[in-house]
Order: sequence, then structure tokens, then C-alpha cells
Amino acid sequence: MDTRTDRIEKQVLLKAPRERVWRALSEADQFGTWFGVRFDGPFIEGERLTGKIVPTRVDAEVAAMQTPYEGTPFEWIVERIAPMQRLAFRWHPFGIDKTIDYSHEPMTLIVFELHDAPEGTLLIVTESGFDKLPPERRAKAFAANEGGWTHQMELIRKYLALH
Amino acid sequence: MRKPRSTIAVHAPVFAALGDPTRLRLVAVLCARGALSTAQLTAGTAITRQAVTKHLEVLADAGLVRDVRQGRERLWELEPSRIDEARCALDAISQQWDQALARLKQVVER
Repeated sequence: MDTRTDRIEKQVLLKAPRERVWRALSEADQFGTWFGVRFDGPFIEGERLTGKIVPTRVDAEVAAMQTPYEGTPFEWIVERIAPMQRLAFRWHPFGIDKTIDYSHEPMTLIVFELHDAPEGTLLIVTESGFDKLPPERRAKAFAANEGGWTHQMELIRKYLALH
Repeated sequence: MRKPRSTIAVHAPVFAALGDPTRLRLVAVLCARGALSTAQLTAGTAITRQAVTKHLEVLADAGLVRDVRQGRERLWELEPSRIDEARCALDAISQQWDQALARLKQVVER
């Protein structure tokens, strides 16, 4: 396994109490609001949960990009719920093609970890297990983000124009 | 010492070359399937072969793809030194996480 290609790690400092962050992560409705999904039930450790993609209500621009995938069903497995500390899921990354059955493919593991920080809560997110995915799925993931890339390129272009 | 400006300047042609949905899709397909001919890259799309060739040449100028001769056929493949196949997909997912976490930040800090 190559940690450079198998794993993503993200950290974000949230200026909010740990309890608030925990609710935004552990309550299925709240999670769905920022992530852009609607779950068919609550998060229960060890259980498989289904849901559908819905445009996020937080960011209009991202919502527009998610709209073509609206209604796409997906499922994930709730691996671990350690209140106020850690939440872990498994899912099929970018399982957004309604015509493909992803159920036989390996899933990636997503772990959210909460830590106290001077000004709020430090959230560490890791997603791992990409090395086990079939190569064509990686390419899909790449293509699926072209809107994001195009946006980034535009920012770089603007930056270059000013410097 | 790092000089962000010059680093960005060096990579600017790469970003410009990728800042087009058609070219990005071509890179994604080459990422997944290795060396392909223009005909193979055109199949199933609404774009003409001439247009695809033009896009491939832009990508080649940016050092992202290269053409190799196989008999009478001209095949295109990723320039491995510029784009690491596995890494490019991971970077895309990584950016999606950045966006998702920015939305979470907005929600909890409200």
C-alpha cells in the first residue's frame, strides 16, 4: 500500500464548540444538509444505511453542480460512533452512475476525528482504501470533479493576471 | 526557500491546459485506459476527430500527454512525469473534501 495514493487526510479548524460539530456530523439530517444527501434513517453503529443525493442547501454554486446527480441512491455502512470523538463510515466513492452496480467493489473508509483546539474544534477527516479501487473508478472520480477543477483554474488565472 | 509565484508560473500552462472540460475528460480517459488512438478517444463523443486532435496537441504542448507511433497508428498516452495517474484521481477527491468541509464550517459557525 502506498500512503501517497491510498489515503487522503484533511484538517479544518471549526470555530464552534465540539458538541455543535458532533451534532453536525452524527445526526443524519444535519450531515445531509452540508454534505448534500438525504438519508433514509439515523446513523446506527454497524448498520447499512441508504440515502439519495440532494443538492446541498449551504452553497448555491455547489448545489448547481450536484443537481444532475439528484436522486442518485447510495449506501454506506456506519462503522463506528464514539460520541464527541470519532465517527467512521464506509462508502463507494463517486458511486454516482445510476446504471452501475457498485456493491461488489471495495469501499473506502472515512473517519472523522474531533479534537479540542484553542478557538474551537479541530476536525481531522481521513479517507483511505483507494489503492484497492479499480483504476477506471479512479478516473471517474477525476472526471466527476471537472467542475471543481475548472473553478480552481479560473482562480489561478485571476491570480496570474494580478501578479 | 519557496517562491509561490514562480511555482505557479511554472504550472500555469498545465492548469490552463486542464481548464477545459473536454481536455480534462481526455486526460481522465487516458488515465484509466493507457495509450489510445484519436479514433478511440473520439468514439462515443459528440466532438469531431479534428477537434480532439487539437485538444490533444494543447495537452501535449503543456507536457501532459505525448504521442507514440505504433505501426501506422498515432497513439496518445499520459506523460507520466507530469501526471501521476493514481494521484490525479486522489487530488480530485481531496478537493471535493475541501468543498464539503467548507460547507460544514459554514453550518457550524453560523
